[in-house]
Amino acid sequence: MSNTLGVRPAPARTLIRPRPRRRLPGLVGFAYAAPAAVIVGLFFLLPLGLVVWMSLNKWPLLAPPTFNAPDNYLQIAENELVLDAVVFTLKYTAVVTVLLFAVSFGLALLVQDRRRGVGFFRGAFFLPAAVGWATATLLFFGLLSDQIGPLNGILEWLGLIDAPVSWTAGDPDVAFGSTVVLVIWRWAGFNMLILLTGLQSIPTEIYEAARADGASRTYIFRRITLPLMRPTIALVLCLMVTGSMLGFEQFYILTRGGPGSSTTSVVMVIVREAFVRFNLGSAAAMSVLVLLALVALNALQLAFIRRRS
Amino acid sequence: MKRLTMAVLAVLFVYPIVWSGWSSVRLGDAFSLDSYRKLANYGEGVGTYLTNTVVLVVLTVAGTLVVATFAGYAFARFRFPGRGLLFVLILAILMVPYPTILIPLYVLLGWLGLQDSLIGLALVMIMLQLPFAVFMMRNAFESVPRTLDEAAMIDGCNSFSALTRVLLPAVLPGLVTVGLFAFLASWNDYVAPLILISSNDRFTLPVAVVNMRLHNFGAVDYPTMQAGVVFMALPCLVIFLALQRYYVRGFMSGALRG
Repeated sequence: MSNTLGVRPAPARTLIRPRPRRRLPGLVGFAYAAPAAVIVGLFFLLPLGLVVWMSLNKWPLLAPPTFNAPDNYLQIAENELVLDAVVFTLKYTAVVTVLLFAVSFGLALLVQDRRRGVGFFRGAFFLPAAVGWATATLLFFGLLSDQIGPLNGILEWLGLIDAPVSWTAGDPDVAFGSTVVLVIWRWAGFNMLILLTGLQSIPTEIYEAARADGASRTYIFRRITLPLMRPTIALVLCLMVTGSMLGFEQFYILTRGGPGSSTTSVVMVIVREAFVRFNLGSAAAMSVLVLLALVALNALQLAFIRRRS
Repeated sequence: MKRLTMAVLAVLFVYPIVWSGWSSVRLGDAFSLDSYRKLANYGEGVGTYLTNTVVLVVLTVAGTLVVATFAGYAFARFRFPGRGLLFVLILAILMVPYPTILIPLYVLLGWLGLQDSLIGLALVMIMLQLPFAVFMMRNAFESVPRTLDEAAMIDGCNSFSALTRVLLPAVLPGLVTVGLFAFLASWNDYVAPLILISSNDRFTLPVAVVNMRLHNFGAVDYPTMQAGVVFMALPCLVIFLALQRYYVRGFMSGALRG
């Protein structure tokens, strides 16, 4: 080190200088990674441990916690609101995943070739995904409203309905349908873009060779496109299932979980348990269960993709 | 036929956005900016909510860029104890659904004296951005030839000045993508501020505007609410149209291999 000579090196323009990277490579690398390590430790690992600890305690919002395991978990099984929410969330996930996937894949196939003007349509389909999710939900709430929304007027003019329909607070099935339409409108372009990158990574030579061999378009789609798209399709399905299982805004904002509690999702129940009923311990227990279920589901899907590919 | 299908679908997808803009400037059958005037005076004043949101966005974008740049540099160029473990832990953030850790985070931020604070919220937003951001920056640094920083070190740079003077310009596209996604997440997120912020004068725009729908006493003021929607959506739409390239880059590298 130059400091042992008692002389500091000239600040710049010295050609030969000791390189700290060579001397303490481990420490230098660690120092650069340290801020990320602190954030991960403090705001990810610690809360993960804390949520498990909280789930074993009676944890009111404002009073000190007391250990009560396994009461929080036992109470979940008796809570009908939770069971209804689980059933509803699973039903919602199934419907949304099927419909959203069909629309997204359809759009991706429509805009996959690079003809003139296709870029414009890609942009148009993606446009709703550029708007924030809560913003899009609020936009839809206005669009579907009887006060300023155009929908009832258009449908009455077309003769499809006789009287204005309440799209978010009348019939439970109609409210459910509204959330599904909202999700498709906001997320189809997003998933289309992921599927499109998968479609475009298939080499064109494979298609050309198949066509030269006289393969039909259905045959090419089923035997070439689908198998080669498997990893991308798996990723998109994974995102859709996880996203739907954790659905919150589309219910909390658009339908307020109603009519009644017919569109109340699991995450809505957790938030209500914590910040309306002030039962943080019981909300933590529900969180732990959701977390385990989703991690298991994701691990299962990952293993499935690995095995297939 | 295909063109016609695409055109009809494009109208269906774009129409709600156009309608929102249109309905926010209508009062009955006439043009009016009345709803924007009401929006300006809504609650604590839209200026307060905008300031809070901008503070959150600046803290999140700056924090994400700094942390992810250093971490990406560390993962791409150095070997250090715990390197593999840390990388796996950062990616594991993606595996854990974030609504489920917001409840312990609420308690934890209270212990740290960051309850009801935009700084605490920004730290949480930075954590949520890390998997994508670190992955992106590591790839960006790895695609820069090592000879570039080695030459800089021979010229007298240490690892830090090699990073700031030579490498940063080379990873600029990655920085723009990371910054863009951090901006969109912090500008738009609803659930984290809903749970972690409790004072009205610290609300961000999404929480404040959604409250027009949730905490109305009787009647929802629809035109003002749509003005709020437009106010929140417009920056996102402008940025999308201006930076499409970086959007797609984020999808190609971040999403597909995650």
